[in-house]
Amino acid sequence: MSTDLRPDAVAATPARNPALRSRRQLPRFAPTGLFGLGVLLGAGLSAATGFSLTLTVVYGVVLGTLVLYVVARRVEGGRKAFDRLVTCLVTCAFGIAMVPLVSLVWTVLENGVRRLDGEFFNSSMLGIVGEGGGAYHAIAGTLIITLLTALISVPIGLLAAIYLVEYGTGRLKRAITFLVDVMTGIPSIVAGLFAFALFALFSGPSIRLGIMGAVALSVLMIPVVVRSSEEVLKLVPNELREASYALGVPKWRTILRVVLPTSIAGLGTAVTLAIARVVGETAPLLVTVGLVNGTNLDPFDGRMSTLPVFAFYQLTQPGVPPEPAIDRAWTAALLLIILVMALNVVARLISRFFAPKTGR
Amino acid sequence: MVLTTALATSLSLAACGASNEGGNSADSTGSAEQLSGDLVGAGSSAQQAAMQAWQAGFNGEQPDVNVSYDPVGSGGGREQFLAEGGTDFAGSDSALDDEELTQATTRCGDAGVFELPNYISAIAVVYNLEGVDDLNLSPATVAGIFNGSITTWNDPAIAADNPDASLPSTAITPVHRADKSGTTKNFTDYLDQTAGDVWTAGVVEEWPTGGGEAANGTKGVIDAVKAGAGAIGYADESQAGDLGIAKIKVGDEFVAPSAEAAAAVVANSDRVEGRGEHDLAVKVNRTTESADEYPIVLVSYLIGCIQYDDQDKADLVKAFAGYVISEDGQEAAAKNAGSSPISDELRDQAQSAVDAITAGA
Amino acid sequence: MTTTDAPPAPPRPRRRPGDRIFAGSATGAGILILVVLAGVAAFLVSEAWPAVVAPAEDIPGGDGLTAYIAPLVFGTLLAAVIALLVATPLAVAIALYITYYAPPRLATLMGYVMDLLAAIPSIVYGFWGIAALAPALVPFYGWAEEHLGFLPFFAGPASVTGRTMLTAGLVLAIMILPIISAISREVFGQAPALHREAALALGATRWEMIRMAVLPYGRSGVIGGAMLGLGRALGETLAVALVLSGSGGITVNLIGQSNPSTIAANVALKFPESTGIEVNALIASGLALFVITFAVNMFARWIVNRRADFSGAN
Repeated sequence: MSTDLRPDAVAATPARNPALRSRRQLPRFAPTGLFGLGVLLGAGLSAATGFSLTLTVVYGVVLGTLVLYVVARRVEGGRKAFDRLVTCLVTCAFGIAMVPLVSLVWTVLENGVRRLDGEFFNSSMLGIVGEGGGAYHAIAGTLIITLLTALISVPIGLLAAIYLVEYGTGRLKRAITFLVDVMTGIPSIVAGLFAFALFALFSGPSIRLGIMGAVALSVLMIPVVVRSSEEVLKLVPNELREASYALGVPKWRTILRVVLPTSIAGLGTAVTLAIARVVGETAPLLVTVGLVNGTNLDPFDGRMSTLPVFAFYQLTQPGVPPEPAIDRAWTAALLLIILVMALNVVARLISRFFAPKTGR
Repeated sequence: MVLTTALATSLSLAACGASNEGGNSADSTGSAEQLSGDLVGAGSSAQQAAMQAWQAGFNGEQPDVNVSYDPVGSGGGREQFLAEGGTDFAGSDSALDDEELTQATTRCGDAGVFELPNYISAIAVVYNLEGVDDLNLSPATVAGIFNGSITTWNDPAIAADNPDASLPSTAITPVHRADKSGTTKNFTDYLDQTAGDVWTAGVVEEWPTGGGEAANGTKGVIDAVKAGAGAIGYADESQAGDLGIAKIKVGDEFVAPSAEAAAAVVANSDRVEGRGEHDLAVKVNRTTESADEYPIVLVSYLIGCIQYDDQDKADLVKAFAGYVISEDGQEAAAKNAGSSPISDELRDQAQSAVDAITAGA
Repeated sequence: MTTTDAPPAPPRPRRRPGDRIFAGSATGAGILILVVLAGVAAFLVSEAWPAVVAPAEDIPGGDGLTAYIAPLVFGTLLAAVIALLVATPLAVAIALYITYYAPPRLATLMGYVMDLLAAIPSIVYGFWGIAALAPALVPFYGWAEEHLGFLPFFAGPASVTGRTMLTAGLVLAIMILPIISAISREVFGQAPALHREAALALGATRWEMIRMAVLPYGRSGVIGGAMLGLGRALGETLAVALVLSGSGGITVNLIGQSNPSTIAANVALKFPESTGIEVNALIASGLALFVITFAVNMFARWIVNRRADFSGAN
């Protein structure tokens, strides 16, 4: 690291020269002004070839960056100018990246609010032809299946994380750590196929159960829970454990009474984010849970509806006319985003209110 | 804590229930006895929209019967129906093949299965070409377009079919189904039978690779054709919306798809030979010469057992199948799914099959 | 960050029953994960086997399993690589912007927004891709065919619907962008303050500070994040199934109407209507996907571990 800094230190030495210290610097408004100039030029240029907003922005950004770079190079010198150039590039890249993301949220909002009404939440698709109908059954199904997934994944994931942090040694620990990493990369559809085959083995190929979906989602959720809880548990200072041992507390009670309560905020956040990760999974549910029009609240008996699958089928297989179904699909997509956002907010709140006060 | 919240939410949801369910307040005007129970089916996704209409209509008559239908696809539907302890009925875009018929005797006993053509839909050749409102296509031209040998709209072959139209030089983008589908199977069957020398890929459910644009589902094809200037695709006529629909050469005339012409070709086609009395599998007459018939049709079947182990199950299937082929049922499907109601003659045959459904030891 | 290398050994050699039960169940959970993973692999292999040994003409396409899977593997890799090439630089820029350029208040807000976007279900990206992105790209594809046609990637004929490999790659890129940038942001934020302050004190500009003190430190994190994103892109199913027109064999033409499909999208589209040996062939392609993601993850671990020694992380 220090070797990296040396050339710069050399470069910095002339700064001791008073004549160089009062080097000219662009005034504060200069970047904005020059950039504005570039955009104006760009607008003119695109107007010359038939005005278009996209072209204006593209030309403007390129020209603005160039103008700023050239001026800064004349006035401030090469290094500063390059710094300004990078600032422009980074900010532009940020802007470019935000365009599709904003467009995405906007498109979903625009199409989704049309059916975001009471009926959408309190009616199912049973006996619905054309307009009306809702996703009550799908919302209930998603909640039940996600809850089941959490019930399966959280204990296993948490215990495995405890094993990795508190007990694990040697090859088994290394193997589990490595394979958990690999498991985070299992494609969701493969997890779905796995759950399907597992149940089909016992009950034949026509079986579709809510619990199958929960099993498939658990394959996806467990590694996420393990990875993030492991990180959280690692953050618990060893001094706490040692103090507990010194008082004669057995190791398992130390974990239950000292380690877990200390990290409860982090664990809550980890679990919530893991739920948010699986709640919108579509592919595994497509092959394991199926779809029904009526409400089924029993995950051990027959097909259930879930929001993502509902959205997928409403979009790809609408009836005649297709518009009502497509509106329902977008609203379901919007609802998924809202659900994920709500889970994120919950995670934030957990980590804010339950976080132990640390010295930092 | 999260879990408790989620649990509470799901419980409160469960408590309030769906407003359109569970009331059973529908006036059961029908004089028929009231049935109750679950009826589980799976199969063709092409039938799904129609099935929704049937579920809704049937619930009006029999509010205590819960019919569920899983649009897993025709192959999956047949497989699930034939499996041990499988679904009660299947919807399939093609009839059972010989091997499956053998399996069916294990599933249904010696009485065998019924296969009722319950869903007939004309497959339209839809296109998106500015300035061309009428388009006539002969079978060989359609085959040439879809196998990629005709690449521009002003190709001599198309011009020969449309002597009066001014065809642009736009490139043709043929759009086909990306998923496996009965629509593709029926469409390629038509091409294979009417233009076998041009269309060499045979009858397939899955489009052979290479060339053209692939789109998911009927709606995917329609959307792709809508989006692409110069695109052409095949899809259920009812879903075509405001897209251009090509007239297809039948005999010496060009025929536009219509519900009547689709029903007519099925009604006048021969039954597949060597099958049970109640197996109404038809071999669609693709090479028909009659201008009243439109040969590119999708025929989808309702498949079930003639004999069920359980009396309740037999009653349920009988009632449901009876509703599906009834005038009301076909009308409901036509309204929601745009299918072609079956002809009266076919209905009579189907009705006798439904009447034969029994429970037995 | 207080990390623990190895927790201190328990104080007493004698183990209480409570300890034994607890340690046993924790170990059991760890082993269960291994069992599940082994189960997934075993199931894939056993279900794929019939397709491996089946005669070539039974496999869809009629040319055998390798000919069936090869274009799919190619398509999967191509889409994922496009996504990675587009997303990584942007994600690094976003992370740098949020950690070192944006006003602090805006940075917090943006960090939150990016976290939210990382969690948006992939099917929503598919919805957006088909409804908004694909039509918007059609004019660009026409332009690219005309002016960049000499490159094999833009050879054309350009798709008129916008449902191309490039569109799928871009949708994937946008999908994995928040994931990569979230991880990069985390490691950039953890770059030692002393190094940064030292660089600035020596007169470095902000960019020089980042180049010398932040990037070397964060490189392993960026690579790790990129690999995580790559894993997501490889396995993404419905976003690709909705957006990509996958009908052709191997081609590097990114803007045409016929593109190689991806494994996951192909499974999602074909699985419902498949029976018998076709299901086995699809599962065999799933096995190929599993192997690819496995390899990518191994590679990522290797890189991260190797870099970890230099970066000063941990």
